[in-house]
Amino acid sequence: MSMSTEAVSPGRGWRRYFTWNTDHKVIGVQYLVTTFCFFLIGGLLAMLVRAELAQPGPDFLNGTEFNRFLTNHGSVMLFLWIIPVLAGFGNYLVPLMIGARDMAFPNMNALSFWLIPPAGLIMLASFFVGAAEAGWTAYAPLSIQTPVGQTLWAVSVIILGTSSLLGAVNFVTTVFTMRAEGMTFWRLPLFVWGMLATSLLVLLATPVLTAGLVLIAMDRMAGTLFFSASNGGDPILWQNMFWFYSHPAVYIMVLPAMGIVSEVYPVFSRKPIFGYKAIAMSSMAISILGLTVWAHHMFTSGMDPRLRIPYMISSMIIAVPTGIKIFSWLATIWDGKIRFTTPMLFALGFISMFLIGGITGIFLAAIPIDVHVHDTYFVVAHLHFVLFGGSVSAVYAGLYYWFPKITGRMYDERLGKVHFVANFVGTNLTYLPMFLAGLLGMPRRVSDYSPEFTTLNLLATLGAFLLGTSALPFIYNAVVSWVSGPKAAANPWRALTLEWQTDSPPPAENFHQPPVVNSGPYDYGQPMGVSGQAQAVPAVGD
Amino acid sequence: MREATRSADEAGMFAAGVRLGLDHLKLGMWLFLASEVMFFGGLISAFMHFKVNNPSPESSLLDVVLVGLNTFVLLTSSLTVVLGLAAIQRGDRRGLIGYLTATILLGTAFLVGQGNEFATLYRHGITLSSSLFGSSFFTLTGFHGLHVLVGICWALSTLVKALRAGYSQGSYLGVEVFGLYWHFVDIVWIILFTLIYLI
Repeated sequence: MSMSTEAVSPGRGWRRYFTWNTDHKVIGVQYLVTTFCFFLIGGLLAMLVRAELAQPGPDFLNGTEFNRFLTNHGSVMLFLWIIPVLAGFGNYLVPLMIGARDMAFPNMNALSFWLIPPAGLIMLASFFVGAAEAGWTAYAPLSIQTPVGQTLWAVSVIILGTSSLLGAVNFVTTVFTMRAEGMTFWRLPLFVWGMLATSLLVLLATPVLTAGLVLIAMDRMAGTLFFSASNGGDPILWQNMFWFYSHPAVYIMVLPAMGIVSEVYPVFSRKPIFGYKAIAMSSMAISILGLTVWAHHMFTSGMDPRLRIPYMISSMIIAVPTGIKIFSWLATIWDGKIRFTTPMLFALGFISMFLIGGITGIFLAAIPIDVHVHDTYFVVAHLHFVLFGGSVSAVYAGLYYWFPKITGRMYDERLGKVHFVANFVGTNLTYLPMFLAGLLGMPRRVSDYSPEFTTLNLLATLGAFLLGTSALPFIYNAVVSWVSGPKAAANPWRALTLEWQTDSPPPAENFHQPPVVNSGPYDYGQPMGVSGQAQAVPAVGD
Repeated sequence: MREATRSADEAGMFAAGVRLGLDHLKLGMWLFLASEVMFFGGLISAFMHFKVNNPSPESSLLDVVLVGLNTFVLLTSSLTVVLGLAAIQRGDRRGLIGYLTATILLGTAFLVGQGNEFATLYRHGITLSSSLFGSSFFTLTGFHGLHVLVGICWALSTLVKALRAGYSQGSYLGVEVFGLYWHFVDIVWIILFTLIYLI
């Protein structure tokens, strides 16, 4: 890990990753590695939950323990893995992609990262004092009655939200004020558009969750009555505040992922991206529409029935910009000269599994179906197809795609493919049976179930353990390749975006000469495109 | 924080960004304030939800006149920030110091007024846990008060920098960014005053 980076780029070797460092590339790696550790913890919690659910009846967890593992599985995966890992990609890539030397606020950037480890420790430390057990949604009034760990949970999520907010301020400011000469908005790589759309959502939605969590914490610690139904408080108020953030949060978790695959498809199809502006603008459309759909989570919560139809319609409209993206990606791949590298395989896995997650989302937006399958495993399957089949696949695609850039080394392609197959089979084996179990009426978040669901649950548990195992070839590949993999060229994929026009790994302050951009990021096969970007940074690296 | 861009601007690297005509620190502040709008939006929604659905007779104990006076104090402090900025833009450093001091005094007076109001309500038995009105009133106005407190601390550090001749006719960004925050806190109060005391 240390050797290669030490040799190629200035700095203090591996030790700088444990310090307050303001280099966005160091911070990016700090984010990626730290959040991956939390991913492993969240995965282990999920495997414990699945192990308990392999057979009906209590096996080795009692109900409370089950609730605690389940709550922290969800919270760790969402707040400590998928949201910050995408911010990690943003940190590493946005300045490179727009031709900047660093982020606009380097110190605030370091602060955004350094809020994460303590917040993670606070969340996990709650296991020693009675961990949160009200689910990652922390529905009141349960969440104001559970043991003190729930308070730690709320504090932890407030800190993580603050980290996310500071990051969003930084990303938007960086993109608006630090672009290289010639880097117009219509030349921004689509990943940068994804980060921009996500950051705007974070700015508008996260503070509302923070406000809600403040009210929960006040109810728990200061004796206020906001969500205490017995004193006239309103638990539904929490649901509104929570989902006002947490539905847009799904787009926060997926828009940068869509940005990642938008980088991967054109490179490995050797074709210009289809519908560049449509993809960029659909990200912004999803951001704006995403703020108007939250109450579709509350169709069965006793909301005013007249409000259901507008929320159903707004939720379904989100399928339009999403569909625009999916068809644009398919058209990009269509008739391309496709190279099935590991990043491309994961990106193709993303499109297939995200599609399943997305389409079942439209089912769930339809009131009659939602009322039927609400709080069943159908919802669990839908969410995991979006976030695991979708976002996590894209994260892996990104990790493999930028591995040579970040480490200066090449990963092992064969191990990468083993990882992809195990991950793809594991994801489908885990979550497809859950659709069936849900349609048959199996409720989620319960540690026991009726014996008729045994086969489906056993399949899901086998899949979960396959998924857990599938991380091993990745970890081995990443560690060994980082230490002793073959040296990577500056631009092994022959990509056109700016981050590939500098050394691997990039030097301090990124570029030897200030880049000047005079063509779009995906002009494959167009002589102007290649020469334009090549001119941008003449002959650096090797 | 500014090092990266400053040195980069010297290298002429970020011509595209320069065209925006907005300093990155100011843009960052605007974005942060947008998130603050949503934070207060959440708290205000909670307050209004209970005000509409669980109207409380306790709200008649609020002293509109005294709080109106306090509102006037806070609004005046926004005026002094504007005057301070105008002073340093003319190169009048002593003017800036005077107006910043006035801002700090007015902000502190507002907090004292608010503390007095809280104490009066407390004597009437209204607390955080006495009723939904108490919960939502103290939480909302309390968080605003915290923002004023942060603003006073920020004004103090701006004042210290002004005393050390940190600002000049050509360099007053710090005062401007502090001003953005202070005006925001004032505007929030105008909304709170209207929603809590007037309607």
